[in-house]
Amino acid sequence: MLQVEGVVKCFDDFMAVNEARLTVQKGEIVAVIGPNGAGKTTLFNLITGHLRRDRGQILFKGEDISQLPPHVICRRGIGRSFQIVNVFHRLTVFENVQVAVLSRQGKSDTLFRPAGSLAVAETRRILESVGLIGKERRVVGSLSHGDQKILEIAIALGNEPELLILDEPTAGMSPEETFATIELILQLARTRGLTILFCEHDMDIVFSISRSIMVMHQGRTLLQAEPEEVRRNPEVQTAYLGGE
Amino acid sequence: MFKKLVSAPGIGIGLLFFVVLLALPSFLPRFFVYILGLIYVTSLLAMSLNLLVGHGGLFQFHHAVFYGVGAYTLALILVKTSLPTWVGFLAAPIAAALFGVGIGWFCVRLTQLYFGMLQISLGSLVWAIVYRWYKFTGGDDGIHGIPMPGFLSTLNQSYYFILVVMAVSLVLLYLILKSPFGSTLQAIRDNPQRCAAVGVNVKRHQLRAIAVGTFFAGIAGVLFVVLERSVFPDLLFWVLSLEIFIMCLLGGWFTFAGPVLGAAITVSLRTFVGKYTEYWTLILGVLLILLIFFLPEGVMGYFTNLFKPKGKETGERGKA
Repeated sequence: MLQVEGVVKCFDDFMAVNEARLTVQKGEIVAVIGPNGAGKTTLFNLITGHLRRDRGQILFKGEDISQLPPHVICRRGIGRSFQIVNVFHRLTVFENVQVAVLSRQGKSDTLFRPAGSLAVAETRRILESVGLIGKERRVVGSLSHGDQKILEIAIALGNEPELLILDEPTAGMSPEETFATIELILQLARTRGLTILFCEHDMDIVFSISRSIMVMHQGRTLLQAEPEEVRRNPEVQTAYLGGE
Repeated sequence: MFKKLVSAPGIGIGLLFFVVLLALPSFLPRFFVYILGLIYVTSLLAMSLNLLVGHGGLFQFHHAVFYGVGAYTLALILVKTSLPTWVGFLAAPIAAALFGVGIGWFCVRLTQLYFGMLQISLGSLVWAIVYRWYKFTGGDDGIHGIPMPGFLSTLNQSYYFILVVMAVSLVLLYLILKSPFGSTLQAIRDNPQRCAAVGVNVKRHQLRAIAVGTFFAGIAGVLFVVLERSVFPDLLFWVLSLEIFIMCLLGGWFTFAGPVLGAAITVSLRTFVGKYTEYWTLILGVLLILLIFFLPEGVMGYFTNLFKPKGKETGERGKA
């Protein structure tokens, strides 16, 4: 479904991403791991068009998307959440998700109809599926950090993506919240048939839910393989796992 | 489950207020009727700016240009052509929106301060042309004694016209703000990057908002001509742009009607304090400093926060 081939991104002299490779098959849960600064977030930003790659190829469903702007890539079916909470702070929880739903329905430009009456059922369905129902009238700035991270995912669902990219979905969460979030992600993957690409620092989570793991180190792809093989790989152990 | 756009008492209070304003000219001396008219015109101008600044997060630094373009378009059509009056009334906001989109087309390529800087330069260019082109625009003299149709011949008639047009415009602006277009615009204000990630074409949406905002600025320009029967280059000068910017700040960016309050305060200050001293802006400046320290959300913002039901938006902070 997603094929990243030899992608390079430099910031001045710094090679943030250097010849990265990544393959995601439909229906899989794929993790990207690597130490801080390995280039995981940069790689995600390249895939979703928030950054432009210098070299290389990014194919989504067989088409090159590396030159497209973020909103077009989103409409092609890639949704994402952000590592640092990245929501609409002055809007309510409901409106946050509704903006995404309206955008997918092509109603963002509707001028003279109250937004309160559009896309209501679908927005509520999404809020229900992530467990934020009952908090939909709250202004986002007043939510707990954990709820804001969940809202991140809910906003991304508003676009009905085929591939959902989650950048550290449980960062800053308590152990209970982390557990609930992972359950939620697995359940979403099951019920919606989502393909998920994520990165995460918690190795227990990564190794328990991923079908395939890509290891990054200093912008390079060390390897992408099944969890067992990654665990056994000596290069990975010295570069990363051994360091813990 | 979800709140209706306006509550029944809300409509009632609005209508009552409107009726009171309609009745005012019967009691008030001419001068006050004129000042009220000026407040309505300025309110609409400030509201049109606030759609872009407060709700759109755009650094619309030179909004007065579009107000001036609207006013000049009407004036020139009435003075220089024999076209019917209604053509001028219609053409003015359209011309303002065209200028808005023309200048905005370049500006939306930049962000924040750079957007504002470019708009100031391009807008000043329009001002300079109006200011110097004596044969066409009358240069710094402007155009005076613009003929008005019969139904606008007295001050009171102009007052009613301005009040009705302003009221209708405010209702339209409110509907736009509450529409999907409006909520997407506010989402862009809060987080353009995220908005792009949910499939919104941010720049195109901003440009459309500019078209809407400058259209209403053009309407305000028309109302100014109805009130004053003259136009002059000050209407497009950056000082006015700054003044209406301050009105939005004064009333409260994030409220709907805040700019109306800001316009009323500023126009009153200019009129009543300006009578005693030409340094009335000094008082405005002090007011602004106090405001930034004590009411950062603006006067209206302060009062709406005051009356907001407690507990609805607070809670669970810091749980994680």
